[in-house]
Order: sequence, then structure tokens, then C-alpha cells
Amino acid sequence: MNYLAKILVFPREGVLDTQGKAVGKALGRIGFSSVKDVKIGKYIQVNLEAKDEKEAETAAEEMCRELLVNDLVEDHSIRIERIVL
Amino acid sequence: MKTDFRSAGLTASEYSAIRELLQREPNFAELRILGVMWSEHCSYKSTRRLLSLFPKDGEQVVQGPGENAGIVDAGDGWGIAFKVESHNHPSAVAPYQGAATGVGGIIRDILAMGARPAALMDGLCLGLKTSSRAAALADGIVKGIAGYGNAVGVPTIGGKTLYSECYNGNPLVNAMCLGTVKLDNIVSSRTALPGHLAVLIGSRTGRDGIAGAAFASSELSDDTRSSRPQVQIGDPFVEKLLIECCLEIHSKGLIVAMQDMGAAGITSSSSEIAAKSGTGIRIEADLVPLREKMEPWEIALSESQERMLLIAEPEHLDEIGSIAAKWQLECAAIGEVTDDGLFVMTSGGSTVVSLPAEMVGGGCPPVLWPSKRPSSETTLPDGGTGPLDSSVIRETLAAILRDPGISDKSAIYKQYDYMVQTGTVVPPGRSVSVFRVRQNGRLIGVTMEADPWKCSIDPFKGAAETFLKALRPLWLSGAAHLGMTNCLNYPSPENPENFWVLEESVKGLAAVAGDLSCPVVSGNVSLYNENPEGKIMPTPMVGVVGLFEKNLLPLEDQSASGREDIFLAGDLPGALEGSLFARLTGNGVHEGRISYDPAKESSFMSRALETARGDLATCARPIAGGGLLTALSRICISSNMGLTLLLEPPEITPGLLFGEWGPRAVYLVPEGSLNGFLETWDGFPVKKIGFTGGSSLSIGDREILPVKKMQKCWRVE
Amino acid sequence: MNTSVIVFPGSNCDLDVVHAISSALGTQADLVWHDDNELPQGTELVVLPGGFSYGDYLRCGAMAAKSPIIRAVIEHAGSGLPVLGICNGFQVLTETGLLPGALLANRTLSFICDFCHVRVERNDTPFTSLYRKGQVLRIPIAHYEGMYFLPGDELAKIETANRIVFRYCSPEGEVDDSFSPNGALNCIAGITNEAGNVLGMMPHPERASESILGSVDGLPLWQSLSRWLEGRNRS
Repeated sequence: MNYLAKILVFPREGVLDTQGKAVGKALGRIGFSSVKDVKIGKYIQVNLEAKDEKEAETAAEEMCRELLVNDLVEDHSIRIERIVL
Repeated sequence: MKTDFRSAGLTASEYSAIRELLQREPNFAELRILGVMWSEHCSYKSTRRLLSLFPKDGEQVVQGPGENAGIVDAGDGWGIAFKVESHNHPSAVAPYQGAATGVGGIIRDILAMGARPAALMDGLCLGLKTSSRAAALADGIVKGIAGYGNAVGVPTIGGKTLYSECYNGNPLVNAMCLGTVKLDNIVSSRTALPGHLAVLIGSRTGRDGIAGAAFASSELSDDTRSSRPQVQIGDPFVEKLLIECCLEIHSKGLIVAMQDMGAAGITSSSSEIAAKSGTGIRIEADLVPLREKMEPWEIALSESQERMLLIAEPEHLDEIGSIAAKWQLECAAIGEVTDDGLFVMTSGGSTVVSLPAEMVGGGCPPVLWPSKRPSSETTLPDGGTGPLDSSVIRETLAAILRDPGISDKSAIYKQYDYMVQTGTVVPPGRSVSVFRVRQNGRLIGVTMEADPWKCSIDPFKGAAETFLKALRPLWLSGAAHLGMTNCLNYPSPENPENFWVLEESVKGLAAVAGDLSCPVVSGNVSLYNENPEGKIMPTPMVGVVGLFEKNLLPLEDQSASGREDIFLAGDLPGALEGSLFARLTGNGVHEGRISYDPAKESSFMSRALETARGDLATCARPIAGGGLLTALSRICISSNMGLTLLLEPPEITPGLLFGEWGPRAVYLVPEGSLNGFLETWDGFPVKKIGFTGGSSLSIGDREILPVKKMQKCWRVE
Repeated sequence: MNTSVIVFPGSNCDLDVVHAISSALGTQADLVWHDDNELPQGTELVVLPGGFSYGDYLRCGAMAAKSPIIRAVIEHAGSGLPVLGICNGFQVLTETGLLPGALLANRTLSFICDFCHVRVERNDTPFTSLYRKGQVLRIPIAHYEGMYFLPGDELAKIETANRIVFRYCSPEGEVDDSFSPNGALNCIAGITNEAGNVLGMMPHPERASESILGSVDGLPLWQSLSRWLEGRNRS
């Protein structure tokens, strides 16, 4: 079966996110005074084959550990969706 | 599927010429292809006649116009391939990607000659920083050049940046690339023979750059998504792989001919090779590696980036394929060179396009636009040019140093990796950029110039002056010019007055090329630079390449070290027409002093070269934008040292302090070299005007500006 | 000195390193393709050069760190022989785990190409023995991601272990955040592993190895390596 692993990667707490900081300031400048904090990360979508959702998630976790995420500076979350053809 | 010729971008007379040549109606795909190939961009139909005015020959010219780039001899069996190309319209729509793909395209032009891309220069004409839209475009353009050039590993070593309101919505991005090539190993696009294979290497083909505004979606295929206009996206990573891959294939002697895929992609590259080689070519659309499902005519015209077309002998295909695989690139034989003189495209076993290659690759009939001298050519009033008092000089100089065209550009060029390839000897921000050819150790000087204000006042003399402004700094630094490339950026040629200006500018450039033996070896034309807000000023962008004698280092252009005499070589006053002084003070001055004097330029050249080669000065700087005081200020600013000018009140005129035009330069001459220097300049106007030292720029005993203040102005702090 | 310069797809300072070593020491360095499994026999120094390996996509150096040759590089480092990562090569070394930390986007959020000054903090490494401790080098940087980062406690550990080799400084040698072009923590421009034989640095010594390029402050680095290897071979 085919699954989509939708992976969000974002800076860990305590790591200076220069981009997020700059964008947060810019939002403030153009009038969004409610903005407290901005984090900028990336979205990775992997189309993969797996027996079931659990196997897909395990595989995606391993991809994150092996390559997609540097856990020194990044956190991540994974959402698995089944692709209905 | 039917289309009419107009939506394909052709005129009625072009359409009837096509029917005449074919003796039949072109089909849909053929019409699309001819519409693109006969466009101004691909065919140069409005300017071909004008461009033939350029002197192209010289003993140093190894390859003149007509190939992907020109090549000049840089000694010891090595040549410099170079060309400048515009990417104006794409950069106005999508500044980052437009500028990035402009850099990518010009790099592939150099690669197509078999040369290793070694340096980039950028000519940028940007809108005023006060326009937020222009500022955003400028920021995107610079980031695009940086993003692409840095990753691909070709240093951006200099260029020209200027600002005017006329570029607010229509910025000019003229990218120049220089490459090094062994003279006995140049690749040509005119050496294909029947039976050779057409091999496509690089990225997969997608719908980039096709389906422009002229193609109404109702006339396209049923799938309306296929008409979506797409910005071309550059991938510098793939370009880097493509460079290394093509150079590796070339080093093994496996390339017969090569062409980069720029505008009109497969069609232009393959039909041009066939037309130049006197052969035909057959492309099978089904063999082209695709990113998405596409119609054959879309495959023919796609402008997907990072692709090269190689012509190779069939027995070499496997080896080429394995080198491409090593570099992780797509590689496919997509067709064959034939002997029937036709550009043929097949798909699903049937012929979808069959046109004479010559007609596609070079057959568009020229267009002769009417030309009319503008009536309002010189509207400048006669101006008072009497002596200036110190406070006016002070304010004017401060304003000039803060002017975006003069002020510090390091915020731009520090975003470019200008040192990769470890050949950059003189970095950006100087009057000449210099790089070392690693293979033979020789130094190459490069300059880029544009001066639309002067071209607006007198297109012939303005264009000549633009060219000379690119030549003089080379001479002063000690480099003899080898050749020139140019990008002609103009508004619509369909307006007779615009066309006259273009015509005159080309004549001005051609005059200098001929009079000073600096042949034009490559170039590009960009017309229709206008938008609802207005049109651009006439902007010929000139790039010149020069060669230093063996073991000669470039003469400094901005350093003063101790107490030395300051000389002005050239006429005391310059002319104020189109000068920065005139623009800033609103003092439109018409003195009728501008002239083009080739004998004087030539005399200046030989003396400047002799001075540099004889080590007769420690610093030489051309007097250009902002005039004498600006040139001197730049020396003060970078060497953190003041100077005193010994001028008497009647001499202290705007023309002397801020005038431009003509061969004029400042020299710093140490005492021991005075005699040699004066001997060299004997017979040319030359005058000692002051000496270096102190912490301010002064005229006589009156301080104009402290160096600290000049630095602040120039850095816009 | 037998040097292997690893070429990843997108490396662009590989030939510059070869040229610098050749002009500094008169010895030829080998280019080694990332896909190889072994280093050439007799390799003494491994250099991971600057550039944009894999386009700097995903994270700088992340994909290069998974190249087949990396296993051999790790073994080489384990044997005590020197490994030098410059710029992107430094990023690769942190991604492989040979060096701690990560290189994040410059605080200016822009690419910076410029000469900068760094202070030599240690001259007891194979790379720096011919420098004086405290010597100030004028040396180019060219990067977008050069801000050295390590979580506070770990940063304190490598500081205590004296693993900082270069710090950004003023032309006079004063180390202060205001002289750091990219915002690196503790002004770190270069660090070693615990054993001291793996060095990662953001500045480019190969760009400061010829007077015609404006600085020769990188030269002693190659000479130090050569001398250290000679000494090792003798003993």
C-alpha cells in the first residue's frame, strides 16, 4: 500500500532561528502586533510503500534519524496518510 | 488543432514568407516553432543589419560572433571565451529566478565552447531605492545572482551597477561570463556530420518558459493546465554537475559539436547546429526524458534549464552515458544528424515538424524599421560654469559620494563568492576586475560599463564614451584590450526615434571598435524594454577583456601610501553633459564640449600602458562618474589619507572638479619616477594638481571634507 | 604529503585545495570521488573541500555525510591521521559526527564573502604548529551557513577541553561577538575533535596561500601538516 509521510522539521527550542526572528519582526513592522514568535522550518513529503500505517511510520522515523533531521538543532513531527488511488 | 499566425507571434509578411519558402501551409507545431525562432529574441531580425557594422577581426581574435561566445588569445596556447547576455524581462517578472537563470544561461554559453567558466561579471541597471518595488526587484536580482553563481562555483568578480527611475519596473540584468579554453581544443557548433547523434544531457524537460501570454489557452490542447505560464527555475547544483560532466566528456575527445539550450530549447540548439553545419537533424520527441506529459511542440520549445545538446559519434554514446551517470545527469540520444538539410521532429512514428533547418535556425527575414532623428535631441540650456565656492563644492561632493551609483557596493558584492577558483587578483568594487588564468598564470582584466545618461544626450558619442569608459581603466592598470562584448538594451525599435538612437549607438560602438582595434566578438540585443510607466534610456552595456604582460601586476587604482604628487593626465576641465554633477544639481549644462577624438584616446592608451609597464606611478584612476573630485575621494576613502589640490580660483569650475567625458586620469607619482612619468606623457596634456597627505581633502588652504566624513558619505552611514 | 581531496557532487573548492597544496608544498594532491569506498593507498591527509555538496539541499553537508567514502574517512580519522574540513567540508564533518555541533544560517541572513580575521587559539595541533598562539590571520570566508552552534552544556565541555582552534577576532586579535561575521557562538571559526587530528574550519586557507591573492596566512597550515606528517613518518 502507498502512504504519504508528511514530515515537519523545525528548529529546536533554544536554537537561534534567525529566519523566524526576522520574519517575526517583519510581521510586527507591518502591523501584526499580536505576533509573539515565529519559527521557520521545512515540510518534507515522502511517498512510500508499506504494509500498514505503523510500518510507514517506523520507516519515516528512521529516515528522519538517518538523514532528514539533525536532532542537535531540529525537531520533527510525522503524519502518515494512506493514498487512496 | 488550428492556430493563426498572430497568436504564434508572427506578422502577416512573415507568415507569407513562410508559406512561400515551404510552398505549403505550416502546421500547428511548425507555426509555433517559427513564431519563437523568428522572434526578435531568437532571430535578431531588427538589428542584424546594424550588428554587421561591428568590426569583428583582429589578430588576437580566435572566434568572432556567430558561435555561443567569442574567444580571444590569452597567450601560451590559452584563450578566453566570453560573452554578455541579458535576462531583463524574466528578472522584471521573477527577480530571483530571472537573474539566477540568466547567470546559468551565460555559463552554458561559455561551456558550449569547451571552456571552463572562470569568472562572472554583472551589469545591473536598477530602479531607485526610494521605490519599494524597485528595491524589492533589486534585492531579488542580487540574491538570485548570488544563489546561482555561488553554488555553481564561478566567482562573480565585478560588474557595473547603476540606478535610475527609468529602470524601476524594468531592471536590466546583463550577465557576462568568461571561461578559459585551450586554443587547440575549442568546441564548435558547426562541425556536425550526417550520422552523428544528438545527445541531450542535463535536467529532464518540463513546461518551463513556454506557453507565454501570446498563446491563448483556447487554442492550446484541451488540457487547460498545459497553458499555465511558468517561470524558469534554475538549479545551480545540476549546472555544476553539467559543467564537470561536459568538460570530462570533452577532455576525452568525445564531443563533435555542442550547443547550450537557451531560448527555444531543443529547437534552437539542434536547428542552429544543423544550419551552421550545413546538415539536417531529426529529433524524436519520444526519446526526450520528460518531467511531465507534454505535446511534441512543447518539447521542441521548452526552456527547461541546465540542459546541453551534444553532437557525438554513435560509438561514443556508451562512454558519454557512463560519464553522465557518474555525474547523476540524464543522458539520452534524442536524434540524429541527417543530410537532407531539414529540421525534423517525429513523435509516435509520424513526422510532426519538417522545416528547412536554415529557415528555423537563421532564416527570419530582417525587419527594416524606419529611423528618425528625434527633434528634441538637445534640450539642455547653456549653463553657467563659473568658479564654485567651497561650501558648494563640499555639499556637491558629499551628495555625489552618497549617490547610489557612486557609493560603496560591498553590500551587493559581498553576497557573491568572488574568490572561489582562487584566481581573483583584483576583487569587485574596483575600476578593473582582474583574475588569473590558472593554466598559464596570466592575468586578465575585465571591465563593464554603461552610461545611459550620456547615450540619452548623444547616442553616438555617448555609446563611444561608454566603450571608452570600459577601455581606459584597463589601459591605466596596464592591460592591453583584447576584445569587447556588448548587450544592447533599448526600448521598442518600432518607434522611429528609438530606432535612430539604437542605430547611432551601434555606430558609436563600432567607431571605437574600429579606431582602437578592439573587435566585437560576441553580444546580445534586448529590445522592447518598456512598460506602461515608460521606457528605459538607451543602455548599451559594454564588457571588455584585457591582458597583462607576463609578470606584470595591475597598477593600483585606489591606494595612496605617503606624500606623492598628484597629476591630472588629460584636459583640465571635463564636460558636464549627462554628468552626475548635472543630474544632482539640476544644472543641465550644455557647453558643446563633448567630442569623440580617437587619435587622442589612442595617444592616452599608449602612454597609460607605458606608465603602468614602466612602474612610473603608484596609483592611477580614470576620471569617470562624478569627475575629478570623486576619483580623488575614492583614493582618500580607501587609503585613509587626505590630499591637497593646488588650484587657483579661476580654475575651480564645475568642469574641472566634476566634469566627465574624454581621456582623463589622476596619477600618484613618487618623486623618483617624476622624470620618467613626465617624459612618457610629454605631448599630452598633463599637469601637477596637488599632493597627497593629511587627513582632509583640501583645495589650497580651504578644507573641503575630512577623509572620515568622505568615508561616512560613501558608505552611506 | 599524500593528500586526498574528496569530491562530492557540488564541491567547488576541490581544485583550489589541490592548487594551494601544489603551490605551497610542490606536491600533487589526488581527487577522490565520493562514490569510492576506499581512500587511495598511502593517503596521509584527507581534505573535505568547500562548495555546495548536493546543492546544500536539505541541510548543508547532510547528504555528503552519507557518501560511501565517508566510512573510509572515519577510519582514517580513527587511525590518528589528519582530516581537514573547510567550509562545506566542516559542515560535512559535523553531520558525520566526527565533530560536534552544527553550522546554522549566518545571523545576517545573507551569504558573506569577505576577508576576516581569526585568532589562532592552539598551535599544538598537526594543522597549526607553525603558527604562534594568539597569531591573527587574515583569511577569507564565503558561506551562508557558518554560525557555529552547540547547546550550552556541550559548548562548555569543548571549551574546557580546549578544542577551539580558531576564533573570529578584530585585526588586533581582540575576540568579541562584534567581530564575528556570522554570529558563531563564542566566535568559533574552527574546532578539532578530542584527539586533535580532525579540524573543521569555516575560513578558507586555500584562498590565503598565495601573495597574489592578497594573503599568505593560510600557508603555514599546509606547511604544519607537511611537517607533522614527516615527523610522524620518521618516528
